[in-house]
Amino acid sequence: MIDFIDLSLVNWSRGQFAMTAIIHWLFIPLTIGMTYIIAIAQTIHVKTGDPEWEKLAKFWAKLFGINFAIGVGTGIILGLEFGTNWSNYSWISGDIFGAPLAAEGIMAFFLESTFITIMFFGWGKVSKKFHLVSCYLVAFGASLSALWILVANAWMNYPVGMVFNPDTARHEMIDFWAVLLSPFAINKFLHTIASGFAIGSFFIIAISSWFLLKKRNILLAKRSIIIAGTFGLIGSLFVAATGDGSAYNVAQHQPAKLAAMEGLYNGSEGVGLVTIGMLTPGKKVGDDKPDFVFRHEIPKALSFLGFRDFNAFVPGANDLVYGNVEHGILSAEERISKGKLALKALADYKTAVNAGDDIGKNNALAEFRLYEEHMGYGHFADPESILPNIPFIFYSFRLMVGAGFFLIAVAGFLLFMTIKNRIEKNKWFLRLGILAFPVAFVASMAGWIVAEVGRQPWTIQDFLPTMVSVSNINTTAVLLTFWMFLAILIILVIAEVRIMLFAIKKGPEQKKGGSNV
Amino acid sequence: MSVVGSFLVFLLFVQGGQTLLGVLGKNEMEKTMIVNSIGRKWEFTFTTLVLFAAGMFASFPLFYATSFGGAYYAWKIFLICFVLQAVSFEYRRKKGNLLGQKTYEGFLYVNGFLGTFLLGAAVATFFTGSSFIRNDYNLSTWQTELYGIEILFNFTNISLGLAILFLARTLGALYLLNNINYDIIRERARKQIIFNALPFLVFFLYFMIRVFLMDGYAVNPDTKVVFMEPYKYLNNYLQMPVALVLFLLGVVLVLYGIGIAIFKRSDKGIWFSGSGTILTVLSIFFILGFNNTSFYPSSSDIQSSLTIENASSSLYTLKAMTYISLFVPVILGYIFFTWRAIDKGKINPEDMNDNSDQHVY
Repeated sequence: MIDFIDLSLVNWSRGQFAMTAIIHWLFIPLTIGMTYIIAIAQTIHVKTGDPEWEKLAKFWAKLFGINFAIGVGTGIILGLEFGTNWSNYSWISGDIFGAPLAAEGIMAFFLESTFITIMFFGWGKVSKKFHLVSCYLVAFGASLSALWILVANAWMNYPVGMVFNPDTARHEMIDFWAVLLSPFAINKFLHTIASGFAIGSFFIIAISSWFLLKKRNILLAKRSIIIAGTFGLIGSLFVAATGDGSAYNVAQHQPAKLAAMEGLYNGSEGVGLVTIGMLTPGKKVGDDKPDFVFRHEIPKALSFLGFRDFNAFVPGANDLVYGNVEHGILSAEERISKGKLALKALADYKTAVNAGDDIGKNNALAEFRLYEEHMGYGHFADPESILPNIPFIFYSFRLMVGAGFFLIAVAGFLLFMTIKNRIEKNKWFLRLGILAFPVAFVASMAGWIVAEVGRQPWTIQDFLPTMVSVSNINTTAVLLTFWMFLAILIILVIAEVRIMLFAIKKGPEQKKGGSNV
Repeated sequence: MSVVGSFLVFLLFVQGGQTLLGVLGKNEMEKTMIVNSIGRKWEFTFTTLVLFAAGMFASFPLFYATSFGGAYYAWKIFLICFVLQAVSFEYRRKKGNLLGQKTYEGFLYVNGFLGTFLLGAAVATFFTGSSFIRNDYNLSTWQTELYGIEILFNFTNISLGLAILFLARTLGALYLLNNINYDIIRERARKQIIFNALPFLVFFLYFMIRVFLMDGYAVNPDTKVVFMEPYKYLNNYLQMPVALVLFLLGVVLVLYGIGIAIFKRSDKGIWFSGSGTILTVLSIFFILGFNNTSFYPSSSDIQSSLTIENASSSLYTLKAMTYISLFVPVILGYIFFTWRAIDKGKINPEDMNDNSDQHVY
């Protein structure tokens, strides 16, 4: 299938995608979360007629607009990067992966982009109810967009509803609903959308806290904290709840990712959940070094969370690489050799088809089907390369979880203090409100690292390795465009942040004679 | 996909309008009116472009993989054009925008000129061929290290690129004539319709004559072997009367829209020329894909050429996409509704005040 793999091409292609994805994700959660808060504020305005609520909605809509523009710009890069940098992946998975992206375009992007025009330009031009409905449709469109792209992403982690067609040499969809409604897809959507709600809320809390510290726009700030605090608290709690579902799915279908998340080298029954710990530096699979320098764990919790059984067996990295006969786990070496047989059978099948040899074709196909499930492994040479980077995933996971619990506490605390009208009593409360925003981003980025780096070395879990997915171009082309995009995006991000800071400093528009206190 | 592609070319009036910014707007107020007029439509073009790319991924993954992964530099430059556009409307006049107003206006020019030209040149390769080979596993490799830049070495490609650029400018002027309530800009727009329609016609005619006279990439329906057939694309029109009628009707409508704007001083030309653009482009896509034609031919290895049959998704996926496409009339409905709502009042100088209650670009 692939004659030569250039690892520098693979790494730079991964780097380019990671760079654009990270920059894109700086803006998307804000878009997802803020739209609902704007819509809620505008609803209260329409219900009560209080102009201060409209002013609040307009102010956050202005910041939303600044953020939305660059989110759109970085989004198109990612969408087309599947084609430009991952063209083999695009062909091998396009029959399944392309459909959610197209559905996103048809169902979500148009909804968002059409009604955002009304949301931005419709104040006073269309009826208040039409404007309000438009705000909700923008919010709904942003969430729907997230649904489709997360369905596609979930499929990469848990490929279902497909069959490999040896004639076209690609995976083909046979069950759209299995792809759309897979437990991975549903949980990933709920987990990620809730994190968007939380991050959008913490953005608003941070700016509102700054207003209160500066003793300006007090009414707007307090009202914003009440809405965003409530929304952020619900969002954060939901992130935690769905996080359990995510970990359960990983335990069921991505054992290597789970082993990395837990720094688990040797599998056993009744495994504890590490709450905090330090991995032994330089530790490798198969060596005799202890797994941890120190750790604190909750006994049997990992077995329970992963398999709903306190005594369940959880495989470790060594079991996945070297096999575990007792628990029916094949070694990576065995899977690699079966995978190579599958690839050879596929090549024989192609040769027989080209030669018009029906008997040879049928024999090769039968051989291929025998080893098909291992085909992806046939591209590897080193059994240990089937694992992701364990320390990176282990620490990212703890960072995400720790930050997540911190955010739940902060949202609850600030909400309580605001309702009790004691939020301004202590400047440290407000500083905490500002700090929560970057912490929310750290949690979110760490979560994506666990999800995506933890899936390595696969683009499609167990079926297609990342190294086979890249475009057949030279590394120089990827390098050149990596630096070009990095330079452009950094400049645009700096511009975005500066515009945002100026707009925040300026605050909401003051009508003549109006007051915001 | 042909329909989406056709609408995309019509919606390039946004890009055309961007290139006319300095010609139609001589002072800050006039420029701001133009930016706000086209700025309220840019997301339609952008979203249609994204949908076109995503739709090609879903419906023709082999095209998506071959073209995007091969003509790498061309598509990356094209992408940059649109990234720059996405931020320019919003950031142009905002305080703290780092690069200054003129830079963002420069970005709008880059998107307007280069984006339309590259798109036209890329579509022309559907007739002239691209330099790739495809192996038994349908994995493709581009045959030059210019990765798509080489499409600019072919004058037929360049001619369609220029035709699309001048068409976009013509449509942009027609749109602004219709959307802005300010006589000075309207008069300048009328002049620009003449200045841009003429080169558009020259390059478009050159391209079409060239296409009609060239050998085309035909497919034997039984053996699936691709071969060169003299006058293939002209034959396609003659053998598919529907496509021919669409083409002729489209061209007449484009010319009629331009004509009434110039000679009858009507501001409704955009609707005729816009509809004509959609029909003409649709007919061009028809002669590319139907009647046993390769729609993405390879000039390096003719048997690697892509056809609707070998490049498309599985039947199951295509059916799923068809169900999803049932949403399109709904989308067209709400776009029509919101477009009317927002354009009820034309763009006026009074609305451009920064201190007004409106969102202003």
